[in-house]
Amino acid sequence: MQTRISANDLACRRGDRVLFRGLNLALEAGDALHVTGANGSGKTTLIRALAGLLTPFAGHVQSACAIGLLDERISLDPDLPLGKALEFWERIDGCDDPSEAYQTLGLKALLDIPVRYLSTGQRKRAGLASLVNRHAPIWLLDEPLSGLDAGAIEQVTTLVENHCESGGIALIASHQALSVYGLKTLAIDDYVPQLKHEDAP
Amino acid sequence: MIGTLLKRDLARLFPFAGSGAALPLVFFLAVAMLYPFAVGPDAGLLGRTGGGVVWIAALLAAILPLDGLVARDIEYGVFDQLKLRGMTEEASMAIRLVAHWLGFGPPLVLATFPVAALLGLDGPTLHLLLLGLLAGTPGLAAIGLMIASLTASLRAGAALSGLLLIPLALPILIFGAGALARMDQASLGFVAAISLLLVASAPFAAGAAIRASRET
Repeated sequence: MQTRISANDLACRRGDRVLFRGLNLALEAGDALHVTGANGSGKTTLIRALAGLLTPFAGHVQSACAIGLLDERISLDPDLPLGKALEFWERIDGCDDPSEAYQTLGLKALLDIPVRYLSTGQRKRAGLASLVNRHAPIWLLDEPLSGLDAGAIEQVTTLVENHCESGGIALIASHQALSVYGLKTLAIDDYVPQLKHEDAP
Repeated sequence: MIGTLLKRDLARLFPFAGSGAALPLVFFLAVAMLYPFAVGPDAGLLGRTGGGVVWIAALLAAILPLDGLVARDIEYGVFDQLKLRGMTEEASMAIRLVAHWLGFGPPLVLATFPVAALLGLDGPTLHLLLLGLLAGTPGLAAIGLMIASLTASLRAGAALSGLLLIPLALPILIFGAGALARMDQASLGFVAAISLLLVASAPFAAGAAIRASRET
């Protein structure tokens, strides 16, 4: 199965407002793309449309392989200890050896702590561990760096580089600058529909 | 994957497993315990009306687990992640329905034995009551699941779900408690039929509600 995700003439809306339109993208194995844009410009909407969770207003999305999504909600049961909560997704994904990701992301000492007691950054790292252990060829990351300290940001950069090097695709929506090798940039503001003169009141 | 998800759902919804999961059962027992205090220790009256009270207690107990049955997992994006792993909303809702019923139907049926003793119900009444609850609780669970997923994205969802469940559960109550008045099993067939219809449609209605909640 070829690793590939593409969007053709994509337009998405939120409520009555068209967020962006005419957006084309095609990512092949090894590509990393940084999506930038102002607050509310539709970065999250783009990611959710690419993941197939939202029906686009126009255009279509094509992908042929498994997608791993990381957004601000980490889908871990807040009442369970972190280890147990992560174990549920590892069982579903059929991951046998999760410990390497725990080690990389510094989660080893946190596994007995209930998820609700974790800090924002620790939660984010837990979400990243879940993503890594999913072994999906396409990564869609929505603000993966928010709440992370400098060391963790470096680890995320390395994780993304390794993922792309081994033939994966990463699409990262973030306000923060990223120093991933070979990173391309897509400014979503370029696709925001401009009000024409005759439309103006 | 189905087994793993069912296990997770059950771990949260089975009495004494998750936080507050025993509440419906305790509520059910409490109503049955309070009723004789309220109407007095007249064995004849309790025997005649006790069955209906058990039905009302079961119906109200069905409202309690609705808060957080679906809303929490929408909030944490669990259904999004399951969808990415190829599990449709309908499938995850069907699993949730099974877990919800297992966590509330069989415990209520078992609790009916001590309740029958408290209310002094006779053998035939207890028999009809048990059969009726077995036939009716899947329907109550299905209504509950649909309401919980429809109201999940509303702010006052929990309060609203109680109000919505009562009118929808009326047919089950009428035929289920009606069997006790006539001491006749025939109307329990209606209860089972209503339950079957609700159970068959609930995963689709709830799944559509989950999808719709993503668009807001």
